Amino acid sequence: MELFTEGEPLADPKAPDGPVEKRWETRRFEAKLVNPANRRKMTVIVVGTGLAGGSAAATLAEQGYRVRSYCYQDSPRRAHSIAAQGGINAAKNYRNDGDSVHRLFYDTVKGGDFRSRESNVHRLAEVSVNIIDQCVAQGVPFAREYGGLLDTRSFGGAQVQRTFYARGQTGQQLLLGAYQALERQIGLGNVEMHTRHEMLELVVVDGHARGIVVRDMVTGEISTEMADAVVLASGGYGNVFYLSTNAKGCNVTASWRAHRKGAYFANPCYTQIHPTCIPVSGDHQSKLTLMSESLRNDGRVWVPQHQDDDRAPRDIPEDERDYYLERIYPSFGNLVPRDIASRAAKNVCDEGRGVGPTKLGVYLDFADAIDRLGRKAIEAKYGNLFEMYERITGEDPYQVPMRIYPAVHYTMGGLWVDYDLQSTIPGLFVIGEANFSDHGANRLGASALMQGLADGYFVLPTTIAHYLASGPREKVDASHPAAVQARREVEDRIARLLAVDGDRTVDSFHRELGQIMWEHCGMERSEAGLRKAIDEIRALREQFWQRVRVPGDGEGLNQSLEKAGRVADFFELAELMCVDALHREESCGGHFRAEHQTPDGEAQRDDDRFAYVAAWEYTGTGEPAVLHKEDLTFEYVHPTQRSYK
Amino acid sequence: MNLTLRIWRQSGPQDKGRMVTYPVDDVSPDMSFLEMLDVLNERLILAGEEPVAFDHDCREGICGMCGLMINGDAHGPQRGTTACQLHMRQFKDGETIDIEPWRARAFPVIKDLVVNRNAFDKIIAAGGYITAPTGSAPEAHAAPVAKANADAAFESAACIGCGACVAACPNGSGMLFTAAKVTQLSLLPQGQPERYTRVIGMVDAHDEAGFGGCTNAGECTAVCPKGIPLNTIGRLNRDYLTATAKRGDTPGS
Repeated sequence: MELFTEGEPLADPKAPDGPVEKRWETRRFEAKLVNPANRRKMTVIVVGTGLAGGSAAATLAEQGYRVRSYCYQDSPRRAHSIAAQGGINAAKNYRNDGDSVHRLFYDTVKGGDFRSRESNVHRLAEVSVNIIDQCVAQGVPFAREYGGLLDTRSFGGAQVQRTFYARGQTGQQLLLGAYQALERQIGLGNVEMHTRHEMLELVVVDGHARGIVVRDMVTGEISTEMADAVVLASGGYGNVFYLSTNAKGCNVTASWRAHRKGAYFANPCYTQIHPTCIPVSGDHQSKLTLMSESLRNDGRVWVPQHQDDDRAPRDIPEDERDYYLERIYPSFGNLVPRDIASRAAKNVCDEGRGVGPTKLGVYLDFADAIDRLGRKAIEAKYGNLFEMYERITGEDPYQVPMRIYPAVHYTMGGLWVDYDLQSTIPGLFVIGEANFSDHGANRLGASALMQGLADGYFVLPTTIAHYLASGPREKVDASHPAAVQARREVEDRIARLLAVDGDRTVDSFHRELGQIMWEHCGMERSEAGLRKAIDEIRALREQFWQRVRVPGDGEGLNQSLEKAGRVADFFELAELMCVDALHREESCGGHFRAEHQTPDGEAQRDDDRFAYVAAWEYTGTGEPAVLHKEDLTFEYVHPTQRSYK
Repeated sequence: MNLTLRIWRQSGPQDKGRMVTYPVDDVSPDMSFLEMLDVLNERLILAGEEPVAFDHDCREGICGMCGLMINGDAHGPQRGTTACQLHMRQFKDGETIDIEPWRARAFPVIKDLVVNRNAFDKIIAAGGYITAPTGSAPEAHAAPVAKANADAAFESAACIGCGACVAACPNGSGMLFTAAKVTQLSLLPQGQPERYTRVIGMVDAHDEAGFGGCTNAGECTAVCPKGIPLNTIGRLNRDYLTATAKRGDTPGS
């Protein structure tokens, strides 16, 4: 059977033309406005309370809309943006080191391996400066210089110092800023907050997104909430791999339910594998922990020169070590971008030179830095990270080199959106990691926080007004047949999951799915491997629906039931990821196809055939998806082979 | 390692609840505490029993969702560590471990080890912010902040809102949580205009939510996984005193 069919090409109807630096201004001016008196009559649902969702909900409420916000955690402050460590990029050029909006734009398009839209990325770079102003006004305690001004650092191989940070907890501080703005609006009665609620279906009425079906995770009650527009800010889908740096609850369900209702899913195979995570320690492993990329500023990455060298790292003499990043990439050395560092680590481990009990690890060694700068200086810079490492591994990184290995960290793919961040379903907007728009095939360090807040504080509140101004739409309530149908779908699915009563746990299926994905759709993909993965995923999905055991019932708190619904959606997404990876017969950014590499093993893009966004239309579980191509054109940043040598 | 767990089981808010004993064998010292509970739950599900409900999310010590009383200590025996970052090498083979939910009037139990901490959000909604609607911000460098103040504000801002302070406090007080936010915002120039209305609003919300008063027992700071110091409460008290003195001339308070 065919794995997919090709449909009509897709164009972004909202993309303005003209000079790239004028496009956002043009769009803002052309977008319709909603009169303040009318805003009070309009309700917007926002799903997710991370940087994108939290900032959007707060801003829309400040503007006067009625907002309903939903999160699965017990408080909006816990969304996984909170765990981002490194920083947030902004083209402030406070360092006077040659940065500018244009340079941030250029770096981001190039870093994304020429698979993102120039218009969107330029807007992101423009808005970046407003984000810093906004966060400082909220009291976000960014790192500062002795003179009282903001400190910045270089990050992820950027040649300018444009990354603002708050120790290793930048995501936490930015999220708390958005959360506090949101809580203020909750206190004022402008936002109705629903914690411990999970979106399980989208309600589409006459082709427009008009509501969602949610489950109260405490009481088990299913309810249908209607609105004038729906915003998904539900994050990425890295947990399809089971092991990732995502929080345990991160899931694709909100996005996937919208996809099944008609929203196209774009570039699902673009996955970011972060090079510096603590390696897996055993079968019990439930998640992976990131060690900030900033460690690569001072740590040196190495493995033994010879296979199966079981000596302790300090017993391996200097001339029997291979500082492979410094050797292969002399100009960037240990600071090469994430995709490149990750693949290099995989290659040396595949050669049998990996370290640690599982042999899936490489050393990140601070001995030279400690000699050069002294232990105190290293402690001041990385103390909290070193402590975290020791808590998890029981090893002291001041004495023994850290062991690191790549792990799934971020997904660049997501629901397709136009320049207004609207999906292919009118009235359904998608922001933050949940959309596909700005990072192309590889995201640069410190750009996720920038994009989440750009979307939520500045872009969406402008563009959604244009949609709402075209209303008001016919009043509909939960008794509308489409809403009743959506609710029934949710109830049926829960009943089905509970009825299987098989002999395997949800986690055992999730782990197995993750292994298939990591093996065949991880750091390196091949045609044979992807075909095998698709067969295995289908077989496992069938097993899941015959053998899963979900104890308890749908009434009240049932964490197994929550997981089961999410894993069921991951099965469907996993297949689409493999199809997307299979069809993209080139290597770009985080997508590396073994068949498509340069003679020295670097990613080989094929711009003639693949300079497009792959937007997939759902046709049914296990049915061939329909591919819609949105061509990418580059007027300002000329596609070149990325080189970090 | 082989362990005996005694875990609080409570089917819902109305249930009285009780401790139930579960032997768990083959625990690896490299497991995190929550991974050890995962193993128990997998076994319970296959044995036809209901798994133990517990809150968790990021499992890297920053979201604040997990919270367990382990042998009577909030987040367990290791200082400066959330339950999710606690590893089994901190325990001995053959040990008996008691696992209970946070217990406080303001945090009612939902099920087993899961409690309702919405009261913390209410405290923030009552003033734990700086009013700065999107788009209204001046240029970021318009107001420099002395590095010492910025660093001290950060120390307080590191609070993850887990609730360990409340669980450890003999009075069930949420004063360390409240004071951490008050301290952060009152150390910054941006936080000055609302400084005194904020502290009154937050303390009132704290009291209304059913938290107890602070008697300087200091248990809160001892268990705080982020090491929020006790003197933040002193700062809160000072602001609160000033605010009550000013009450007459502060509109809206």
